[in-house]
Amino acid sequence: MVTEEIRGDTMLLNMGPQHPSTHGVLRLLLELDGETVIRMVPDIGYLHTGIEKTGERLKYQQVITLTDRMGYLDNMLDELAYVLAVEKLLGIDVPERVKWVRVLLAELERISSHLVWLGTHALDLGAMSVFLYCFRERERILDIKENLSGVRMMTAFIRIGGLMADLTPQFEPKVREFLKIMPGMIDEYEELLTRNEIWIDRTRNVGILPAETAIAMGCSGPTLRGSGVPYDIRKCMPYGGYENFDFDIVVGTHGDVYDRFQCRMKEMRESLKIVQQALDGMPEGPWRIDDRKVVPPPKDEIVSGMESLIHHFKLWTEGLKPPVGEVYNAIEGARGEMGYYVVSNGTGKPYRFHMRAPSFYNLQALPLMSHNYLVSDIVAIIGSIDIVLGEVDR
Amino acid sequence: MTPEDAAAALRERFGETIQDVLRFRGEVSAVIPRESVPEVCLYMRDDLGFNFLEDITAVDWLDRSPRYDVVYHMTSFKDWIRFRLKTLVDAENGPPTVIPVWPAANWAEREVWDLFGIEFQDHPQLERLLMPEGWIGHPLRKDFPQTQITLPRPRAEKIEEIS
Amino acid sequence: MGLDGTDLFEFENIPIIEPRTLRPVGETDFQPTQGGGVFTTTVKQMTDWARASSIWPALFGLACCAIEMMATSAARWDLARFGAEVYRASPRQSDLMIVAGRLSTKMAPVLRQIYDQMPDPKWVISMGACASTGGVFNNYAIIQGVDQMVPVDIYVPGCPPTPDMLMYGFTMLQDKIKRGVPPASQQALSGRGV
Repeated sequence: MVTEEIRGDTMLLNMGPQHPSTHGVLRLLLELDGETVIRMVPDIGYLHTGIEKTGERLKYQQVITLTDRMGYLDNMLDELAYVLAVEKLLGIDVPERVKWVRVLLAELERISSHLVWLGTHALDLGAMSVFLYCFRERERILDIKENLSGVRMMTAFIRIGGLMADLTPQFEPKVREFLKIMPGMIDEYEELLTRNEIWIDRTRNVGILPAETAIAMGCSGPTLRGSGVPYDIRKCMPYGGYENFDFDIVVGTHGDVYDRFQCRMKEMRESLKIVQQALDGMPEGPWRIDDRKVVPPPKDEIVSGMESLIHHFKLWTEGLKPPVGEVYNAIEGARGEMGYYVVSNGTGKPYRFHMRAPSFYNLQALPLMSHNYLVSDIVAIIGSIDIVLGEVDR
Repeated sequence: MTPEDAAAALRERFGETIQDVLRFRGEVSAVIPRESVPEVCLYMRDDLGFNFLEDITAVDWLDRSPRYDVVYHMTSFKDWIRFRLKTLVDAENGPPTVIPVWPAANWAEREVWDLFGIEFQDHPQLERLLMPEGWIGHPLRKDFPQTQITLPRPRAEKIEEIS
Repeated sequence: MGLDGTDLFEFENIPIIEPRTLRPVGETDFQPTQGGGVFTTTVKQMTDWARASSIWPALFGLACCAIEMMATSAARWDLARFGAEVYRASPRQSDLMIVAGRLSTKMAPVLRQIYDQMPDPKWVISMGACASTGGVFNNYAIIQGVDQMVPVDIYVPGCPPTPDMLMYGFTMLQDKIKRGVPPASQQALSGRGV
């Protein structure tokens, strides 16, 4: 690790990997003058999982399970990014219903991720009830996911060429009920925090990130939009059906913690708008494409048709085989630009697959955001950039 | 401006330095020699407007010489397009760092060194980022073993029982 | 009840086998009383009951399982009603370490250090597949099971285990303590199984 030169009048403080406020296993080395932070060096790698290495050993369909576990707060957004990259590599286009369902689920995941962010951020700064309220709403979304796929978190519902299964009959009533309740709940959180004097005191003019610095450091998502740069991939370079939806990008002005907080709160409302539009306008149709070289045949065909059996066998033993080439596909994750770079050499396993994690670059900008602030401000700033160490360390 | 226009502008400005332009699934990549990486990147940032570095990564082609591809992805906020630059290197002499062009490259290049062993010239702090400090070897190389290597396997007998 | 109305099999009659001794939970050779009469037995039972009813976990959430651990302490599945009132940030004030998530090689010495800083008696729940066995990740970066580093009392499988599974593991631990089984830290076992 870097050896810090300790001047006589400063103190080196280790905000260790096991810490309640670092949102995961992040180690920060702070050089303090009294309570003021002069320098900060983040030390990452405590959750390095080696998925890029493991991904070279698994088939394309199996890598979806790895991507789930990297962004463990917004699972389906990671899956979506990877699946869109592989579909681009294969050159296939999915049916309309699939696109709308994927958008709906992606926006629900975004809300769920922002709820965890809000709960933990508020908990760090002392507002403990908000944590309980946010997790209560998150349980509703997890119920919806459990109803769809059987699992609360790592669903692997979005598959290459379509979905895991069609929507269940209970899906629509559950989501409609959620849509009825949620705006009132967001109002509740705002009532507790937005004009709260203590909250404003702790977050206004703290952790200011100028727009030019943010762009130069590769920040994206609410970290960048809080500084005033309107970069939202859903609007600027639309993908996977987002062209059909009507929503706004939320942009802040000062680039401090409070603006990023407002960005994410308003983003939750915009996501609710998208979910409403998706549910109302959901087209009927197939829930996966028909190409048997990519998508497994239905089970009853396997026992009756020889060709289906062979397709199934090939898909399970060798995997689907994209053409030789490379592709980079990025989506707007809950934290910023989530990209996947997939290189194929014609076999059923990716030759190289790399994940561009938004939190990696947002974390790199953390020292620039926290110069000359107090240690307690550092806690607020880390909460506001919303890092997920699974993404950072991969 | 489309990615094709960006490639044409690069060809016009740099001529023979652009070794190849590849097109696949709507994406355009340019292959350049390693010495010209900072110059081309500076041109792309200032004149073509690619002010956002998305990612720097590498690919290990084990049986090819030079062995590695270092890949740069960038976005232009003016026209909302992406572009990819590739350069073919060996581990000992990697491309010069692009930190003067995009400061975001700092950790990205460190990660590539950590996992592949490609040394970027003039990088201020080429150290382990994701792996522990004394780790030997570069995990993402193709000749690094896939599964668990040197850590002890669990033993199934009791050592002693303190009663 | 299955989706088409058929009966799923009953859980009540399946004995819960403890992997270390291959016997039903709670049935051990360890004598709860060591050279004492009625009075000492009662005191030991009382301290066991007290220890079991107020186990305070130390924060050791590493990855995805940490989110389910947070959900377990949230309002819907409230772990505090079983005694885990607060998650202490400092290991010196806690008795239980729930290792929630995958343990990477860089984090392993930190785990051991935090475990050593906890005062006796201490228990370890290994939550999730990655903590128990390495999970989905069989590669250079992940330790294949935290029991290579610390002795574990309860393994909770799942990826991630749902909060009710974690609560079941927690109550199983409380059961073990009340029956007088010494914690794994005092048994100095290594590896999995007997």
